Amino acid sequence: MSSWGVALFNRDLRLSVRIGGSALVGVLFFLAVVTVIPFGVGPDLNLLARIGPAILWIGALLATLLGLDRLFQADREDGTLDLMLMAGRPLELVVLIKCLAHWVATGLPLVVAAPLLGIFLNLDPVAMGAVTLTLLVGTPALTLIGAIGAALTVSLRRGGLLLAVLVIPLAIPVLIFGVSAADAAIHDPVPFLTPFLILTALSLIAAVVGPVAAAMALRFSAD
Amino acid sequence: MTELPTNKAPSIIRRSSPLKLIAENLTIDRGGRRVFQDLSFTLESGTALVVTGANGIGKSSLLRTLAGLVSLAGGAMHVEGGEDDRPLAEYAHYFGHQNAVKPALTALENLVFWQSFIASVRIDAFAGAAVPPEEALATLGIGHTAQLPAGYLSAGQTRRLALARLLVTPRPVWLMDEPTSALDTASEAQLLGLMNDHLGSGGMIVTATHTELALSNTRVLHLRAAEPVRTLTEELDA
Amino acid sequence: MAIWDYANPTRFLRLVQIVLPWLTGLCVLAFAAGLYMSFFVAPDDYQQGDTVRIMYIHVPAAWLSMMCYSIMAVSSLGTLVWKHPLADVSAKCAAPIGAAFTFMALVTGSLWGKPMWGTYWVWDARLTSVLVLLIMYLGLMTLWRTMEDPIKAGKAAAILTLVGALNLPVIKFSVDWWNTLHQPASVIRMDGPTIHPDILWPLLVMAVAFTLLFFVLHLMAMRNEILRRRVRAMRLRAASAAQPGTAAATAQPAE
Repeated sequence: MSSWGVALFNRDLRLSVRIGGSALVGVLFFLAVVTVIPFGVGPDLNLLARIGPAILWIGALLATLLGLDRLFQADREDGTLDLMLMAGRPLELVVLIKCLAHWVATGLPLVVAAPLLGIFLNLDPVAMGAVTLTLLVGTPALTLIGAIGAALTVSLRRGGLLLAVLVIPLAIPVLIFGVSAADAAIHDPVPFLTPFLILTALSLIAAVVGPVAAAMALRFSAD
Repeated sequence: MTELPTNKAPSIIRRSSPLKLIAENLTIDRGGRRVFQDLSFTLESGTALVVTGANGIGKSSLLRTLAGLVSLAGGAMHVEGGEDDRPLAEYAHYFGHQNAVKPALTALENLVFWQSFIASVRIDAFAGAAVPPEEALATLGIGHTAQLPAGYLSAGQTRRLALARLLVTPRPVWLMDEPTSALDTASEAQLLGLMNDHLGSGGMIVTATHTELALSNTRVLHLRAAEPVRTLTEELDA
Repeated sequence: MAIWDYANPTRFLRLVQIVLPWLTGLCVLAFAAGLYMSFFVAPDDYQQGDTVRIMYIHVPAAWLSMMCYSIMAVSSLGTLVWKHPLADVSAKCAAPIGAAFTFMALVTGSLWGKPMWGTYWVWDARLTSVLVLLIMYLGLMTLWRTMEDPIKAGKAAAILTLVGALNLPVIKFSVDWWNTLHQPASVIRMDGPTIHPDILWPLLVMAVAFTLLFFVLHLMAMRNEILRRRVRAMRLRAASAAQPGTAAATAQPAE
């Protein structure tokens, strides 16, 4: 990657680590969601083990959406976005790199925390590994799809809720195949690889569609 | 547009010819309202264009249009004497009301990022050179803040940090919206010095301002409301 | 005002004036014929009795919910690629109509399902896909409402519509996958070539009637939207006339 890309990645990563530890907040939110669910469905360990992968995935989806509204908004508010549009760098790549940095700062900690939270949900080691692996492959897709929503709502003062509403329908396939793959690894009704490869494909598609659509939305928002 | 790229003789001659910013019949609409219509001007290397006019007349809109941030409803703009197919926005620095300074990064980190992120323009007709970030900070009198988080800087210091961005990456066109705001008299004089240096090295400046700026080679573009709704524009002559 | 004074919308409004009465008449006729056929001509189902007649509302509504989104997707291309001034009006006006048809498809679907499944809602693959579609419609409508400037909102919504259009087949595919994984398909299939002409004809007539209804509503909504934007433009002009100067720029040399 060229030096400007590295500079952008480092800057974004540094900012998300320095400002209030957004990675930590995401993981805490993840923990809170996972803790709250047994209160709702009851402390039945067998039930929790069965729906555990789904809980972890939904928790990860919500935690990802939570942090996304600032992805471009912070840069828009202080005029950085204007300069990025004029910098002479391909905006699609800029978006992709920003998403990557955002994922490393907020998505990766969720993946790392997933096995620990799996213990609360009575997941066996295989299930834990499967969920972690599917999250590792699938959460980048959530960030990239979410970037579209973040770019569309960049000019709205309270865009966070709207962002979630816009993004969740688009994220349904990722959720379905993520949970399916994790379930398949546990009590194989289908082979693990089929949904897992579809999940990988979804992430790759999102890596193309997300930056292109988000860049287009950002160009329009400068007006 | 019709020139063949590189190593052909005419192209080389054209490249060393002076830079020229050409705007033809610029028309912009914002929020369903026509801001101005058929605005044309030509700006030569080493000249500053001072845009004046009442509040809300469209000075900021004009600068944002030149920066490529507002889409044109009509007209065209380009830089002559530079590289082919490069939009005006990529020749230009935009120095607007917002500083684009991240309080969580140190002053130096802010500046180093912009230096590597913004693509510089290297053409024969423009002699501006990249100033190292530390030196740029020192020039602007905020060298001692280099390792401090930018959040600790005062408004004037932050403004100067934003200005340092224009020095670390050479670009021939400076678009400056109210450049003197938040600056004291001494800093203002320093800013004028920098602007004159930029003009001296073959750069161009388009600035919107309410105050008089003592620039070496200026022309004035006065925006005013036309009496009838239909608009008239006169070509700015040299 | 920029675009709205010019030929296109004006010509469009004149066209609407001419076409709309005819279209409305046709629509009423098609509904009269279609409703008569579905209530009095079409036979009862040997299992479901009269309940099967819900189908004549449900299937065309579901079809329209999809057609509406396709029209929005084409309109969005019109906004982003061809920059046609009417394209985002068309997309914006199709959204609430599409949402209404989608809602109708959901309600009739669950009413129809009650005697069959014993419950109003099952997470059947098709119903679930339609529910996701409804959420997307509502999200788009919210996006339009939250953005002040209609041109900006139109562009943002166009991007989302196109991303949604790309995503809809994927959503459909994944919901089908999810559904077969959790419960094997047991719902009766209304499609397929074996459908009896006694059922097919009323269904087709109703589908035509619904399509005509869509176009009537869509044209009316577009006319209203154009007029609404003209009012907005006039108000903006009135506001800017009060403060000194916005319209023109003149240049004068100095030094």
